[in-house]
Amino acid sequence: MANLVNIKIDGKNIQAPEGKNLMLVARENGIFIPSLCYYEHIEPPLGTCRTCTCKINGKYGPACTEKVHEGLTVEVDSAELIDTRKALVEMMFAEGNHICPACEKSGNCDLQHMGYELGIAVTRFPHLFKDRIIDYKPSRMVMEHNRCIKCKRCVEEVFTDDGKRVFNYMNRGNETFVGVDYIQEAKLSEAQAINAMKICPTGAIIVRGVSMTAPFGDREFDQQSTQQKKVLKKPTLNRPAITEKKIIATVSLAGCFGCHMSMLDIDTELLDVIELVSFDKSPLTDFKQFTTRCHIGLVEGGCCNSENVETLRKFREHCDILVALGECSVWGGLPSMRNSIPLSECLEEAYLNSVTNEPGGNIIPYHEDLPKILDRVYACNEIVKIDYYIPGCPPSANHIWKAVKNLLWGEEYSILYSEFKYD
Amino acid sequence: MPEIISKKFQEPPRTQMLNKLWQFQQERGYIDDDALKGLATEFGISEIEVEGVISFYHFFHRKPTGKYTIYLNNSIVSEIKGFQRIMEAFERETGATFGTVDRTGTFGLFLTPCIGLSDQEPAALINFYPFTNLNAIKVKDIISRLKQGVLPESICDAPSDNIRYVPAEDKSVFFRKYQTGQALGKMESLGPQGIIEEIKKSELAGRGGAFYPTWKKWEATRQQPASQKFVVCNADEGEPGTFKDRVLMNSYAGSMIGGMIICGYAIGATQGIIYLRGEYWWLKSKIEAALQEFRVIGFLGKNICDIKGFDFDIRIQMGAGSYVCGEETALLESLEGKRGEPRTKWYFPVERGYLQYPTVINNVETFCAAERIIEMGADAFRESGIPGSPGTKLISVSGDCKLPGIYEIEWGMTVAELLELCGAEDPYYIQVSGPSGECITVKEKFRRISMLDLLARKDIRCGGSFMIFNKQRDIVKILLNFSAFFKEESCGICTPCRAGNFIIQRKLERLQDGLFNEADLQELKSWGTLMKNTSRCGLGKTAANSLISAIDKFHDYFVARFDKDFNGLNLKFDMAAATADYEKYKS
Ligand SMILES: Cc1cc2nc3c(=O)[nH]c(=O)nc-3n(C[C@H](O)[C@H](O)[C@H](O)COP(=O)(O)O)c2cc1C
Ligand code: SF4
Ligand code: SF4
Ligand code: SF4
Ligand code: FES
Repeated sequence: MANLVNIKIDGKNIQAPEGKNLMLVARENGIFIPSLCYYEHIEPPLGTCRTCTCKINGKYGPACTEKVHEGLTVEVDSAELIDTRKALVEMMFAEGNHICPACEKSGNCDLQHMGYELGIAVTRFPHLFKDRIIDYKPSRMVMEHNRCIKCKRCVEEVFTDDGKRVFNYMNRGNETFVGVDYIQEAKLSEAQAINAMKICPTGAIIVRGVSMTAPFGDREFDQQSTQQKKVLKKPTLNRPAITEKKIIATVSLAGCFGCHMSMLDIDTELLDVIELVSFDKSPLTDFKQFTTRCHIGLVEGGCCNSENVETLRKFREHCDILVALGECSVWGGLPSMRNSIPLSECLEEAYLNSVTNEPGGNIIPYHEDLPKILDRVYACNEIVKIDYYIPGCPPSANHIWKAVKNLLWGEEYSILYSEFKYD
Repeated sequence: MPEIISKKFQEPPRTQMLNKLWQFQQERGYIDDDALKGLATEFGISEIEVEGVISFYHFFHRKPTGKYTIYLNNSIVSEIKGFQRIMEAFERETGATFGTVDRTGTFGLFLTPCIGLSDQEPAALINFYPFTNLNAIKVKDIISRLKQGVLPESICDAPSDNIRYVPAEDKSVFFRKYQTGQALGKMESLGPQGIIEEIKKSELAGRGGAFYPTWKKWEATRQQPASQKFVVCNADEGEPGTFKDRVLMNSYAGSMIGGMIICGYAIGATQGIIYLRGEYWWLKSKIEAALQEFRVIGFLGKNICDIKGFDFDIRIQMGAGSYVCGEETALLESLEGKRGEPRTKWYFPVERGYLQYPTVINNVETFCAAERIIEMGADAFRESGIPGSPGTKLISVSGDCKLPGIYEIEWGMTVAELLELCGAEDPYYIQVSGPSGECITVKEKFRRISMLDLLARKDIRCGGSFMIFNKQRDIVKILLNFSAFFKEESCGICTPCRAGNFIIQRKLERLQDGLFNEADLQELKSWGTLMKNTSRCGLGKTAANSLISAIDKFHDYFVARFDKDFNGLNLKFDMAAATADYEKYKS
């Protein structure tokens, strides 16, 4: 038995066996420190993701690579540290190409879960849209490089029966990716392959033919936060007397109208809403132009053509508050799947080379009356200033209206963990 | 011939990985599938693991690199000395484009970061032989001679040392008269503890950039109970603008070797390794010769200097093109034949270093200084410098000045004095300690250069690189060059450095295009701070240093580039650029 030592986490006195991993000590004492790469059995710890950064004896450092010793003082919960950790997870979203609604791991993904826990609605960083491949060559699995966060778990944990690595990092810098050894991969048993998929904190390793069966609502991270007392956002503004109807404008740019459908999804409550607000320019009213200044503008979709950009700018000019509604608007979403592919390839594939096209019989449309297609899909906040973000694909109706009511009347609200989703 | 010590300890085969890869690279011009498969079988590892190592080092290739493989330096100093023209000249003369090999397979052109010749830029390596002070005519001449079958080694340059300044009287530490083994003679009388005491008294601190007290490292390693210990000399000198270790190894290799032997004696090691960067292949034979001389005299091998039971030998390990391998734990990984990924702080090298044995890692200059301190005595060493920062320091000066080269300054010299000495006429932006260091303005020229003041408010620390830029230089271009460097050289295993450097580069490109305002600047600064606070090793922690200091110190410069009619709501968006691709379909 190791000696017990006294340490302090956020002022709380804790006893723990000397030399034990700080991350484990914190967990056992009900203290939530975000983590992604940390995996109990791997020693020395991986220390790659840095999302567990705390202040350890006054200096920044990851909790998971620290052994506890007498007198250790740890700061976890300061505003600055919370923001630092949040930024790191945001960075992973900006760096990868994460399209949760299309991802097998969605709902069971540690990265996504961490995004929920930290309340990430948008990343502060520009999305990098790096072109990455999906490797279909392994016989048993598919390697989705767009989703890998380079945590190193698979590299250090997955071996064949004769002790050979199946995964290894390739290249370096921002070109780093996890390569698969096809020969060794084929030697894995089904159980070993599934284990690889399981230890991967994201949807990067997918075993063919194995589905993640749970339906929406029953997936690992659908309902419950792991933070015991997750602080819910509760702005306490006084509700002014409602004297006038508030005016809302909505638009769907490069989106699918899914967010608009979701808006209508509050069923009968919609009738209450109509009492309180009126809609100006919106597909719901079919007003093509603004007739007045609006209190709030809800924008679905990002910008994929010149007309989107102009419309968005008009919204900015006419709305006091502009809200990016849904993933496409927040950062590009599904349409941004084309962002790592040159425009010419996209157009030629769609209009010239597609199997349903007559060879030689088609052209790529261009006319001065047509909107011009942009080189890539832009998030709304790359074009105009966005005041608020509502994530989701689509966001749930409750989330949308709670947020809108709060913005218009300062009505108190709390977004439940189960309502804050990227899919 | 004296017998080479029979090493009781056998380094495991995997440690030969880099050497084997070099052998294939040099014999075949690349590492082909057969070689890769062979190595996987030989070491009993999967092919992907071998491939992972190859792809980490930029001097290893999986495709042919031509009969003549040319690496042109693209560091910032090269850039201001005419890199662009040299690049074009090489492409014109060889018919290859950079990143590829010409159709006949004769010339392969590649770019590489600083090759340690900043005092004679533009410079390139051809089959790893140095060619310096290039101009278009010289390039034309070199290529035509190579085409005639002349060997590169017969026409390459012998880079001069360019030692420009040595302190007066007897104060020089590094460049005083050198006699092989003088310091070694003092080892036995001092004894291991006495040596460490002497080093302690000298206040020698690591010259690789971190300024960690050398004696502490030695003492900690000495204390470790272990059957085997190692002395590693960090000769990776990768910080752009630094070339002091090159000069020391070129002309004072014995001093470095002596320092390693003294360290080995002090800590109880039997094996030393010099990790020499691949860019310095041309120095290898010189160092080998010095090692051989030591063996012949009896300064390496068994019972060194007749000290009973003190057996020690040194080998050279060549690096293969990776800046991060200068980071001590990445260097250890590389020595073990792996990818150069820095370790976590779970164990320190003095506890578990090379092959998990206690290891001292010091810089070339540190070992040279240690040897000289033992030779001259700590008291004499303390004669120079200033209180709290005794001794001298080698500074590699480059950029916009008349006399680029090595300056052995006494600690405490001011920036102004150094600028005067090297003939910098119009200094504007000075980069101290390389891209990972900080920048200063001429307003700060009365600051002293010393190792005092950790926070560097009054005095300024200099790890060795001192790059001077005049008013004509574009600061954004300098910063972009640095960020491209860090982006390429990041090992890629931790998030803030791998993604952060990429993000910063993107943002700087917007700055260059004028799509920028004060909020963006502050954002950049906070992102840099994030990298500093959360990165796993020194590379990521320091990558944004110059950016952060530039934003503070050259604020007006950036403001002048701001978007004037920015209203905060509509952001600047370049519609013409965004639709340019589509406009091609206008018929
Ligand atoms: C990214 C990075 C690169 C480094 N490169 C070098 C180098 O090229 N040479 C060197 O001596 N030290 C380098 N260092 C510092 C080493 O990690 C280490 O501190 C040094 O070798 C210790 O020797 P010293 O105590 O004699 O300075 C580097 C550090 C970092 C973080
Ligand atoms: S579920 Fe996870 S891995 Fe999949 S796209 Fe979303 S964040 Fe990425
Ligand atoms: S594939 Fe998964 S387990 Fe492997 S490094 Fe990427 S995220 Fe981690
Ligand atoms: S800071 Fe950069 S170089 Fe260092 S471990 Fe992280 S990714 Fe690698
Ligand atoms: S959990 Fe600590 S660095 Fe990833």
